Amino acid sequence: MQAWHFTEMPYPYLPPDAPSTRINLPSVHFDPKIGADLYNRYLDEHAIADELGLDIMLNEHHQTPTCIDTAAPLNLAILARQTKRARLLILGNPVGHRNDPVRVAEEMAMIDCISYGRLECGFVRGVPYEVFASNANPTRSGERLWEGIDLCLKAWATTDGPFNYEGAFWHRRSINLWPRPYQTPHPQIWVTGSTDVATPHRCAERGYVFATFLLPHQQVRPLFDSYRERFVERGLPGGGGIAYMPLVHTADSESEAEGGAEELRWYLTSSRSEPQFRDPPGYMPVKGKVAAMKQAASGGARNLRQGSLEQLRDQGILISGTPDSVARQVKRFYDFVGGFDHLLMMDHAGFMSHERTVRSMTLFAKEVYPQIKDLPRTKPIRVAQAAE
Amino acid sequence: MGADFVRIGDVQLEVERRGTGRTVLLLPGEDVLEPDSEAAAALARSFDVVIPSPPGFGRSSRPDWIDSVDDVSYLYLSLLERLDLRDVCIIGCSLGGWIAAEMATKDQSRLAKLVLVAPYGVKFGGAAKRDIADMWTLSPRTVMELKWCDPATGQRDIATMSDEQLAIIARNLESFARFCWEPYMHNPKLRHRLERIAVPTLLVWGEKDGIVSSDYGRSYANLIPRAEFELIAGAAHYPHLEQPGHFMRRVGAFLR
Repeated sequence: MQAWHFTEMPYPYLPPDAPSTRINLPSVHFDPKIGADLYNRYLDEHAIADELGLDIMLNEHHQTPTCIDTAAPLNLAILARQTKRARLLILGNPVGHRNDPVRVAEEMAMIDCISYGRLECGFVRGVPYEVFASNANPTRSGERLWEGIDLCLKAWATTDGPFNYEGAFWHRRSINLWPRPYQTPHPQIWVTGSTDVATPHRCAERGYVFATFLLPHQQVRPLFDSYRERFVERGLPGGGGIAYMPLVHTADSESEAEGGAEELRWYLTSSRSEPQFRDPPGYMPVKGKVAAMKQAASGGARNLRQGSLEQLRDQGILISGTPDSVARQVKRFYDFVGGFDHLLMMDHAGFMSHERTVRSMTLFAKEVYPQIKDLPRTKPIRVAQAAE
Repeated sequence: MGADFVRIGDVQLEVERRGTGRTVLLLPGEDVLEPDSEAAAALARSFDVVIPSPPGFGRSSRPDWIDSVDDVSYLYLSLLERLDLRDVCIIGCSLGGWIAAEMATKDQSRLAKLVLVAPYGVKFGGAAKRDIADMWTLSPRTVMELKWCDPATGQRDIATMSDEQLAIIARNLESFARFCWEPYMHNPKLRHRLERIAVPTLLVWGEKDGIVSSDYGRSYANLIPRAEFELIAGAAHYPHLEQPGHFMRRVGAFLR
């Protein structure tokens, strides 16, 4: 089991009456002096994670105060120099939203070289509201993601001079990457998903890591099972494995842990958005849209993420407590979902102080990590059955 | 009366046909409320009314290569040829009006007259000006208020619809975005091509249209050499649905 430190790098000082924290909150509410301190603090904490033996994950969002890491490759480049040993995961590049996948491939190759091959390269379709920031057509964001990945891979793997490319979404006449990645032919690829089993299937077929975030274990299990099934069906080695992100807080006492967990919950409760930003046209497939319309007509669904701390812990969306309790909860989730390989820890959110964040990371690294590090890697389902 | 399918290349187009007489090609707006409207029923009493569903709307297929109103307009010109329709009057509403304008700039050999009801398709303002209200960043409620004098007129009862009907609504929403996301609701070439339209053309606009203003409508009309302009009071973006009496009197006279 590999454990990764992660924060969305929030700017938590939201105006109390803001109807929306997505897309249209005026930037007059961003104080650059506070923002400068936050960026530097968050980068410091990533350097501490490196010293503690944790790996590091970054992501990006746009036009929202809940994540001011709007250009993850920039922070990644800083960390490539300021850290020494941690794996550096970007999860991920919203390649379908960027107008130039070749530029993404170049950035990743540079970071991989500067870090001496510590890059883990993720790609994401992007959450619905991202289409408003990038203007990428919501009905094609999935297709753009996979074409973008393929173009990056081809750009990295082609080492014998320029190639021409005329795809559905991008045309380039002489792609010839300088530099190419430090890891040959390219870093491990990661892709995220949350509902459609087609994504873990595709990841398994290609040997990518499949990652999913903040879902109850009942919903995670079928996604992970479909990954494990498919990499046997296709006879492929399976590659990277599977990853899950809960909120994670480790503290010296249960009462202290409860306070930290409450601060992490900010991430689940502070996001407000107007309906049009949650549901851009054609982002959801027709079947999903039909289900959503019926649900809305019948009064809407209960949001699983809005439960009590106890409920969140029961679902595995939140893992919090003293070190032994956190280790138990990780193992419980591991058993519920049939095993997994990467624990992506959102271990900071909202107003959580530097001291509390570092204490939690330190306790985890020193007292929890040794208890879970040797959990076996996930196995292909049929191999496991054969062993039994 | 009834729906049928016509194959054009690799596209299966759903085409409904009702009534007899001269052909009116009725091109519904993106909400596809026209087929059940009073205006459509009135038209079918005097005309052969042909109502196609654009690719990805209704039950029409939508191959991946089709991604613009320009593509749809070529398919519809092929449809006129396939059904051997001549002397056709097109009534196009909103998105359908844009499709009709595109068709007329390409080939008018089978067209007699054109009625464009609050069509999209053209941009007049500068880079930072929205000529056409952004229906995808405004709240659904605001969009309804901009589209209708009385938003209740446009409400649909989702709770009573079958899964098949809901799937059609979902497909329509998706295909509308596929064609019109960027450039938003316009083809930068179209405004320069409208001068090609030689058939008599009537533009109809709701006085209270909050999606595309009547000023936009008059500018649109000015680009078409033989265009008349009719403003309808007590109506917003769908004057043919909110004021069908006024609409049918004016359109009836124009088509005669």
